[in-house]
Amino acid sequence: MSNEIEAFKDPGTPVHAPRRADVDPRAEKRAEQQVALLFGLSALGSLLLIYSYIWIPDNLFIFIPVMGDQNAHQLFLGLGMAMSLFFLGMAAILWAKKLMPDTEVVNYRHEFRSSDQDREEFVKTVKDGVAGLQFGRRKLIKGSLGASLGLFVLPPVLLLRDLGPLPGKELEKTNWKAGTRLVTDPGDRPILPSDLEVGSVVQVLPEVAHDSHRPLSDIAKDPVLLIRLRPEDFALTPERLAMTHDGIIAFSKICSHMGCAVALYEQQTKHLLCPCHQSTFDVTRAAKVIFGPSARPLPQLDITVDKEGYLIARAAFSEAVGPSFWERNSQ
Amino acid sequence: MTSAEKRLGAAANFVDERLGAASWVKKSLNKVFPDHWSFMFGEICMYSFIILLLSGTFLTLWFDPSQREVVYEGVYEPLKGITMSAAYASTLDISFEIRGGLLMRQIHHWSANIFMAAIVAHLLRVFFTGAFRKPREFNWILGIILLTLGLVEGLLGYSLPDDLLSGTGLRITAAIVQAIPLVGTYLTFFLFGGAFPGVGFLPRIFTIHILLLPGIFLAVITIHVMLVWYQKHTQFPGPGRTEKNVVGHPILPVYMAKAGGFFFIVFGVTAFLSAVASINPIWLYGPYTPGQISAGSQPDWYMGWLDGLVRMAPPWETHALGHTISWNILIPALIVPGIIFTGMAFYPFIEAWITGDKREHHLLDRPRNVPNRTALGVMSITFVIISLINGGNDILATHFDLSINQIMWFSRISIFILPPIAFVVTKRLCLSLQRADRDLVLHGVETGQLVRMPSGEFVEIHQPISDEKRWILTSHEQPAALELPASDARGVRRPGAIKNKLRVRLSKANAVAIPKVSPGELKEIEHH
Repeated sequence: MSNEIEAFKDPGTPVHAPRRADVDPRAEKRAEQQVALLFGLSALGSLLLIYSYIWIPDNLFIFIPVMGDQNAHQLFLGLGMAMSLFFLGMAAILWAKKLMPDTEVVNYRHEFRSSDQDREEFVKTVKDGVAGLQFGRRKLIKGSLGASLGLFVLPPVLLLRDLGPLPGKELEKTNWKAGTRLVTDPGDRPILPSDLEVGSVVQVLPEVAHDSHRPLSDIAKDPVLLIRLRPEDFALTPERLAMTHDGIIAFSKICSHMGCAVALYEQQTKHLLCPCHQSTFDVTRAAKVIFGPSARPLPQLDITVDKEGYLIARAAFSEAVGPSFWERNSQ
Repeated sequence: MTSAEKRLGAAANFVDERLGAASWVKKSLNKVFPDHWSFMFGEICMYSFIILLLSGTFLTLWFDPSQREVVYEGVYEPLKGITMSAAYASTLDISFEIRGGLLMRQIHHWSANIFMAAIVAHLLRVFFTGAFRKPREFNWILGIILLTLGLVEGLLGYSLPDDLLSGTGLRITAAIVQAIPLVGTYLTFFLFGGAFPGVGFLPRIFTIHILLLPGIFLAVITIHVMLVWYQKHTQFPGPGRTEKNVVGHPILPVYMAKAGGFFFIVFGVTAFLSAVASINPIWLYGPYTPGQISAGSQPDWYMGWLDGLVRMAPPWETHALGHTISWNILIPALIVPGIIFTGMAFYPFIEAWITGDKREHHLLDRPRNVPNRTALGVMSITFVIISLINGGNDILATHFDLSINQIMWFSRISIFILPPIAFVVTKRLCLSLQRADRDLVLHGVETGQLVRMPSGEFVEIHQPISDEKRWILTSHEQPAALELPASDARGVRRPGAIKNKLRVRLSKANAVAIPKVSPGELKEIEHH
């Protein structure tokens, strides 16, 4: 097992060296006083907490160097609690270290393995017990037990079914339809192309009936970013270019990686950056991924204007917005 | 006998006649615990857990885990009149209107961070000293379970306030679940009670966070500590300490006073941090809405390395047969952590397989004396640190004026290169330290005193080290490599040749060591 060489001799447990408080009565007295002082500080801390709770108003701010303006109520409440606990602990430890007996004691270990006799008896007990079940002879019981145990686990799983609805096509739908107006978020105002200057970015949502409530699960899918560039800045396929209107291009704001809001737009480079995992999308090339972990461009919304000149969606998104999922069926 | 003693005696008698407790309590009170500063990490874990239970219970008295939308009418001016979930509103109330509420929130969050940090430190201590070896493998696995549960519990905890930052964390969590092939979409809908963010998630994770997981924690921690008690604590090698004994202070009074005192110190330090250093100021983030986000979104540090892995993943997705598999999420968020945690759980058995060592071990290893294990540990730490750095790449980029793309490429490349380098360097360092130990035993300590010999030569006086010190430096074992010949004595090939070959190679690498000093060698050198 090991190439054991001749070993040194174990010098054995070191002889106990007395501490100062063990031999010098003055040191002993001093240690006792120190412990008492620490207990006293702890008591003071508790009093500070009570004082702060009752008498320091919670809108009083004081200036503390380095920390700046601090809420005195919160600060002293915390400091009082910290003092009360910390010094209690310090006192107990100082007491143990300086005054309580500090001779080391030796305990002995025992091997955990049971004795051979115990093991044999154990095996016999188990064998006898299992034999009592008569599995070998009672084929009918064995079979039906298997069936009942197999089915027995199903109801608890089934009972969890109503935790939520089935997904269906939910992840592929948004509230964008052909003709839906783009409205500002916040504000819910329809937008004229002339409202957008070149270089500007606006967050929009699909228009809903006045004062109707938008559930958060819709806000998790519907947000769209409108960005206006000079038409010559685009490097788009004719098909994608046709989805823009007068230099205005619209992308889903929900990241195609993990669904965060892609909120950072760099005007100089015309890149959109997701603050969660830094996927970077090039607006001029239909939100192509140019950096980061996302594998797909942001879906583009086909936009145009209606009779009154307001921006509308010409069609719904042609693919699911947001992060991928197993049933997703488009590149 | 004083009257106080009489009364105590009567009470003890009452209990003992019913439970027969005296015999084992007596034995337990004489139980010995070895002392070492590194043994306190585990204690910090347990104490932080108690602090979490206490502060958490306080918070539940006012927290309303509901996604119901309310209009905030509290005292915090900047958010007045804003629609938000009842969960967020009640967190604001706890922070601003309940006296001591903010302090308790801070204590709860700080102690969660300390809990996780102490678990990691404890894990490293147990790993590097080999405390996980037989008979303590069960407890190692329980520890890995606690670490994993801690990650989940922490994530759920900082998700509950429903602020913009935590909602973003949940958005990412939902995307990870959704990425699981076949069942992911269904799982997300069941977890969240519909499409993200759903209607039922907060109340559900609240119950899991405050009841289910703490219950499991309590049970596992109890077993963990009971096993330490039953198997007795390991000890560092030293004079008089053997595999058969345990040397230290008895429970009553010294260990009890020290451990009890240490609980209050941990609590006191946590309270101090909470008083002076405010973390997670949720009122600055605003309520969660999926259409918004704050720049520099960061998870708590113990999740940061996972987020860093997700950030550095290459943009891979497979589209085939009408289905999508997101490797860019699956690999960094589920597969790699899965391999790491499984590997950690099985490590004691892997090491025992390599060494072929089936004996009990109660004396700890000095990390330098087990170079392979130590190098593996440092390699893993390097991996996690690079991931963690990448998890904060946006913060690093803005604070140090760096390019985020360059940090990302640095991480993507160095996650493959630096860990192996760390392994090699650590192994060399361990061997150098062994060499230094050997020199120390052979030649003693340099005193700095120069003596001129009659011949005119200058020599430095070396002082021999003490017997105790020499014992510490030489009492460890230096196991030889396993020998598993490919064929047996009669020339018949043994089964599992490839497995055996691998095992022999690993065992050989494991057995590399600088030979320790024997008494004979020392005597010889003294004669010179």
